[in-house]
Amino acid sequence: MASIAEPIARLIAELNKLPGIGPKSAQRLTYHLLHMPDEEVKSLAEAIRSLKEKVELCSVCCNITDRNPCPICQDEQRDHSKLCVVERPSDIIPLERTGKFKGVYHVLHGTISPAQGIGPQELKVKELLYRLQDNSVAEVILATNPTIEGEATAMYLRQMIHPLGIHISRLARGLPFGSDLEYADDMTLGQALEGRQEF
Amino acid sequence: MAAPHVYQTQAIVVKQSKIGEADRIVTIYTPGFGKLQAIAKGACRPGSKLGGNVEPLTYSSMMLAKGRNLDIITQSQTIDAFPALRNDLWHMACALYTLDLVDSSTLENSENSPLFDLLLNTLRCLCQLQNDESVVRYFELHLLQHLGYRPQLRRCVNCDSRLNPVINFFSYRQGGILCPRCNQKEPTCRPLSVDALKVLRLWQGCDYPTASRVKIGRELSSELEQVMQGYMRCLLQREFKSTAWLQELKKKSLVDNCHRTN
Ligand SMILES: [Zn+2]
Ligand SMILES: [Zn+2]
Repeated sequence: MASIAEPIARLIAELNKLPGIGPKSAQRLTYHLLHMPDEEVKSLAEAIRSLKEKVELCSVCCNITDRNPCPICQDEQRDHSKLCVVERPSDIIPLERTGKFKGVYHVLHGTISPAQGIGPQELKVKELLYRLQDNSVAEVILATNPTIEGEATAMYLRQMIHPLGIHISRLARGLPFGSDLEYADDMTLGQALEGRQEF
Repeated sequence: MAAPHVYQTQAIVVKQSKIGEADRIVTIYTPGFGKLQAIAKGACRPGSKLGGNVEPLTYSSMMLAKGRNLDIITQSQTIDAFPALRNDLWHMACALYTLDLVDSSTLENSENSPLFDLLLNTLRCLCQLQNDESVVRYFELHLLQHLGYRPQLRRCVNCDSRLNPVINFFSYRQGGILCPRCNQKEPTCRPLSVDALKVLRLWQGCDYPTASRVKIGRELSSELEQVMQGYMRCLLQREFKSTAWLQELKKKSLVDNCHRTN
């Protein structure tokens, strides 16, 4: 690396830290940036800086936002008695895309993962329980992923919320659209059977 | 043990993490090769044939192909997904703890089929949703045994005299029991009650169904827990992060009391 100019080496190293970007891609991107017009590069740099400066966590739902409370929490049209708990901010996007949910959200920012030492204290669980204190929420929908960590997190939340007497539901689990029974794993197929609906 | 280009194995999925867009790195424990890391290509895509078959806490039959660095899981068929554990927070936490112990105390590619059997049996016992403390303690004791740390529980590790039915002492460093006289020279050891020593001796030499017939009260259970935790910490030179989670669940008494006492 000694033969490469320091600013180039530095940017390659920084880009390389991003998920899915290996050393080769980092190098390609760096040289691409080098040949881009000044204005575009400045605008990209500015976008990256303001990402950290202007974005914060919503004080109500812990989603990432540039307005606090976030637009969803501020929206009077939405049903604030239905609260959907998700692992990450990015999980809200597909749920919103379905157009089927008119309630509000709560973002945990992760899942309980004992082997990595991530417990409820590392997640926005305290904030969730605080929101549930004033009896304004009638139903909590646990929309954590159907992975082992997602299940552990959902079970933990169920035990914590249960004493509050709030209705708790969990996203139905089953076969993904366009999938093939033959290839479904036993767990998924079993859950799809258990969660079958009147047709 | 060298594996052929394509090989089949039973495997318990210990953990997995995402790499790239849709692939996963899966850590499995196998009877013939011990711990292995392998790649499950496309496992994160909806409708992937691998998907749920490479989730942690599943016992599967897998086909693997030798890769340049890591082997590649080409097929996986679940044999047992331990569904009972997936609906019970406490027992799932116990199961994740056993997976964490196996993952962090073993090296890759070192065969240990008794350890595989122990892990599989432990997960199956946990599925019965009872006697969980005994299941976990029995697992810890035998895990250490299969790793070559069988504690000497019959005679004093220092002077080799017979142990009397009095309070003796567990020396983690010397891997066994010290009589009260020898303990005076090394007074840092943990006192061990007569009952605790009896239980450990019995467990050391019997299978789990026999071990589970011993009724263990809460006090004795907590003594055994502290002894085993101390011994493991000393041998494996590390704290287990998943222990903290078990402790927290207990403290919050989120766990049904009946789970812990009987
Ligand atoms: Zn908000
Ligand atoms: Zn002695």
